[in-house]
Amino acid sequence: MSPVTKTTFQLPIGPIHPALKEPVAFQFEIDGERIVDVSVALGHVHRAIEWAGTKRNPIQVLYLAERICGICSYCHPMAFSLAVERIADIEVPEHAQYLRVIHGELERICSHILWAGVAAHEIGFDSVLFLTWEIREKVLDLTEYLCGNRITKGITMIGGVRRDITPEMYPKIHETLQYLKDRFEKLRHVFLDDKTFIMRSKGCGILTKEEALKLAAVGPTARASGVKKDVRLDQSYFAYGDLDFDYVTPDVLTGEVNGDVYDRIIVRLLEIKQSISLIEQCLEHMPSGAIVSEPKIAKLLAKLKTVNGEGIGRMEAPRGEVFHYVKMNANEHIYSWKVRAPTYSNIMPWIPMLKGQQIADIPIVAASTDPCMSCTNRVTVIENKNSFALDKEELHQQSIQKSRRLNA
Amino acid sequence: MTRDQHKTPEEILQSYQNAFSQNISESRIERHITGMKKTEFVHIWIHINRSVFKEGLKHLFQFDECPHFAVTSGYDINDNIDLIYHFSIYHGFPHKELSINFKVTLPKSDPTIETITDLFPGALISEQEKQEMLGVKVKDIPTNKRIFISDDFPTNVFPWRRDETGPQKFVKNLHEVEQ
Repeated sequence: MSPVTKTTFQLPIGPIHPALKEPVAFQFEIDGERIVDVSVALGHVHRAIEWAGTKRNPIQVLYLAERICGICSYCHPMAFSLAVERIADIEVPEHAQYLRVIHGELERICSHILWAGVAAHEIGFDSVLFLTWEIREKVLDLTEYLCGNRITKGITMIGGVRRDITPEMYPKIHETLQYLKDRFEKLRHVFLDDKTFIMRSKGCGILTKEEALKLAAVGPTARASGVKKDVRLDQSYFAYGDLDFDYVTPDVLTGEVNGDVYDRIIVRLLEIKQSISLIEQCLEHMPSGAIVSEPKIAKLLAKLKTVNGEGIGRMEAPRGEVFHYVKMNANEHIYSWKVRAPTYSNIMPWIPMLKGQQIADIPIVAASTDPCMSCTNRVTVIENKNSFALDKEELHQQSIQKSRRLNA
Repeated sequence: MTRDQHKTPEEILQSYQNAFSQNISESRIERHITGMKKTEFVHIWIHINRSVFKEGLKHLFQFDECPHFAVTSGYDINDNIDLIYHFSIYHGFPHKELSINFKVTLPKSDPTIETITDLFPGALISEQEKQEMLGVKVKDIPTNKRIFISDDFPTNVFPWRRDETGPQKFVKNLHEVEQ
């Protein structure tokens, strides 16, 4: 028998895969079940949105920005309007700033609960997926009540928001928040005390604090590694400067920071609780006033046509810092627009997280940063140039089997 | 670093003026307030010469041991390409974080710039994107391949350019009906 010289093999995952909510391609170098190296390829759904934005006026860009991402359909247009407000020197009424916080936190609750369900699904815990989606449904009902829409909310306007939240609407909001609080304990118990969750997530997909800082990680991914970084607190926008809250890092609950998947679960769960508190604070201290600085859109557009300059808009989206750069040159259309979604910064930290992990851990580790990338078909395993396909069910089954093995 | 050691935006700008005086063509500090408590936030803008650009970024480490790199934006303007490197320092201290934006102008005749991935490894994707979208050449970039644009796209077309190397010929206006 001839000696075997090759010890590692290439395993491509994606661009289409169930663990990824949008297309991205991983090329894994594997040694048996262990991942030795990873490379990432992006761009499968690049829609040239930044280019398309330069063919539109700022109000039209709001609706384009809303369609960058289905889950972050509030923070993208909002970050864009923050940038435009800096350029045109538009003052946002205080009442509108509080309303903006409420919508931002509702989006965070929706996103984190959705993520929790996806994470449960990745390790084969589908009953929890349905539990979380039942809870999320209630939050979407509230979003519909407040915005008139469930997903693409259409609530953003440069200089404010498009719909008011009046005191008559408060009872419905309080009712949903109470429902969330009642269900929170159950969620906490399932995610933080369950044997399977602990076994699959503790010590898995570790990102150290040094790596998180070096690779510019953002959002819950950075905070779970102990990096105190949250735009809401670091650099106040909307009305966050008036509210009482603190950075959520896993040591708040456990007294230690490991930077693993378990810590990322802790951070997101605690942030759901924090968001509920922020909405309550806003309702309690809501100032009166206008909802938008200039209600006549034609007048606003006429003003925006004359402004010259550049500005940045930053806000803390559910997944981390979202960053928009806008340049305007006294023209109907904007001159330049750069959108930096949080996943853009959280791609590089995937590499240290995935190295040394097992193939069965790929779905949960990849999902643990809550990547803003999409859904799947098959994986091809190339072994000695003879490739065979490992379809989505098989990879998902491997993950389920690992959970069962650990439980046996 | 403690909060007492933090420099004010004016001190930071002054420090840049002292170190790179003739190489800073334009600078400004934007202050804005939010909420009922009138919490302030600050954006600093510095237009720095390409020759001292890397030194300018190294200078940032004097104020914060780990400045956060957000992204590089850029646009084509007449005969030049402007790149803006967005950073923030002092995160982890409520309402103290400062955004610092460095603008660098590159002539289209020689659109080269040094890589910053040795200082900020997380900047790799951003540099790859600027190469393929604006036709900028990043010297010593660790991974010199495309990231967002597919490999079969022409190499002499840059989607964010507004000149003859722009993407105009690929644009189909659906409202223009062929006769």
